[in-house]
Amino acid sequence: MKVIIIDDEPLARNIIKEYLQSFTQAQVVAECGDGFEGTKAIAQHQPDLIFLDVQMPKINGFEMLELIDNPPPVIFTTAFDEYAVKAFEARAIDYLLKPFGKERFDKAFSKFLEQKNKISSSFAEEIAPPESQNRVVVKKGQNIIVVPVHKIHYFEAFDDYVKIYTAEGFYLKKKTMAFFEKVLDTTQFVRVHRSYLLNLQELTRIEPMEKDNHQALLKSGTKIPLSQSGYAKLKNTLGI
Amino acid sequence: MVIGWWLLWATMQFAIMIYYGIGVRDALIDSLTTAIVLTLAGYIVVTIVKYFRHTPKNALTILVATVLLAVVCTWVLGRKINFLSTDEKYLNWANTTLLVRFVFVWLMLIIAGIDGWLFFYIKEHQQDELRLKENEQLARETELNSLRQQLQPHFLFNSLNSISALTLAQPEQARKMIEQLSDFLRGTVKKDGIQLVTLRDELHHLQLYLEIEKMRFGHRLQAQVQADEKIQQMKIPSLLLQPVLENAIKFGLYDTIGNVLISIEAREEHQDLVIEIKNPFDPETVLNKPGTGFGLNSVRRRLALLFYRNDLLTTNQVGNIFTTVIKIPQTLTDTSKSNL
Repeated sequence: MKVIIIDDEPLARNIIKEYLQSFTQAQVVAECGDGFEGTKAIAQHQPDLIFLDVQMPKINGFEMLELIDNPPPVIFTTAFDEYAVKAFEARAIDYLLKPFGKERFDKAFSKFLEQKNKISSSFAEEIAPPESQNRVVVKKGQNIIVVPVHKIHYFEAFDDYVKIYTAEGFYLKKKTMAFFEKVLDTTQFVRVHRSYLLNLQELTRIEPMEKDNHQALLKSGTKIPLSQSGYAKLKNTLGI
Repeated sequence: MVIGWWLLWATMQFAIMIYYGIGVRDALIDSLTTAIVLTLAGYIVVTIVKYFRHTPKNALTILVATVLLAVVCTWVLGRKINFLSTDEKYLNWANTTLLVRFVFVWLMLIIAGIDGWLFFYIKEHQQDELRLKENEQLARETELNSLRQQLQPHFLFNSLNSISALTLAQPEQARKMIEQLSDFLRGTVKKDGIQLVTLRDELHHLQLYLEIEKMRFGHRLQAQVQADEKIQQMKIPSLLLQPVLENAIKFGLYDTIGNVLISIEAREEHQDLVIEIKNPFDPETVLNKPGTGFGLNSVRRRLALLFYRNDLLTTNQVGNIFTTVIKIPQTLTDTSKSNL
């Protein structure tokens, strides 16, 4: 059984390795200090279980999981995170609050052994760490890119994905429009259409179209259709 | 009230002059002119008192000023108003009482001066007290905040977790880390926020923090502290640098990948102690600009309250290096004892 430990503190990784020694079936195939190494190691080893820290450099544990298509079962290890605790309860096999003892660790690992066949830990929309307000982590080919939200022009729905448009083109992310609408600052991003979420800073003009319809013209020259309710919401947010 | 006071004296002067047999017209003109001149001179004295700091040296200056003013007033009253009257008796009387008049004017001006002195002294004192109170409260808040910060999950719990990891494999290291953590926490609890300490003490405290963080993050975190012997004797409000270092480490560790070098450099510049803290950060994706955090704002505010200046903390960024520069004037005296 392959295990990967992802934590930016070496000593924190050591303690998990030490505790794992009593489970001879578990084999630590990789140790990673951040989410970038983590995604690579997971793709390479296809582990049965990962131990994952939340607060890590550049991208946090949640953001790392979002980048993986079929994330393996996860046991979170963290010092303290109010928002995270709620999320773990919903989705993860277990979460270990640092510092944790051997007994608590064994309990979590046993829980994994019992549930490993049932669990598929795809992460739901309800997990929105505070960082989501400020950045979106995406993958382009093999590269992981952290996009600050102010660089995003708009979001467009695309089947099970969302296309995230920036000056450099678009990125795909497996999320819903509702997720971004909920997480992002509503004074900056407005859902102007069922399929579009618009960054107001990019807006230059609202133009009428045939019938009663309107469209938004962006700084980049792109035109985005506005739905009836989206037009009303946009006017409301802009205060006109 | 001031007018009532001068009217009272004018009336008395009038009565005395009548008693000496001076004509009603002359007595009235004289006493009213005296009252008006005295009011003006008194106003000048109070204004002088208002704009001088209330020290013994300035008290002497103001005393001299009252004498000069009294001379001028007496001269004006004794000489100039002579033109207003031709009554021999009155003119004689005015001449013989010149000295008395001078003493009277002078005493009046001194009374006005003392009055004003006391008024402004009390007012200033009250303001001082208010400022001191605010300062003390802020110090307490800082202490509480720094305590809260240390007792905050990420530092304390992660440190405990590291200790837990060390206990079996490296018990000696574990013990050392417990000691450092305890010393560090003790340092934050006992220190009074306005107390002045030497830079050496402050750096020692920071060193404990750095050692713990280095233990946690291993070789990823490196620190460089530079302050020569003479500089280390300079004074700094205690725990001032702690939030700045925390800010630097946070942005260094969580905003970049790879090794992080934090550097602290202290030097003297125009008799001020200048401390420069540098950390790497990512100007592209940084969530909040490193300078906008709560930590630096509280430091800026503390400096403003202590030195009445808001230019003592500055930040700048060159490439991917963020620098925080703090200037500490060496003008403060330790107020912690008198406050206790």
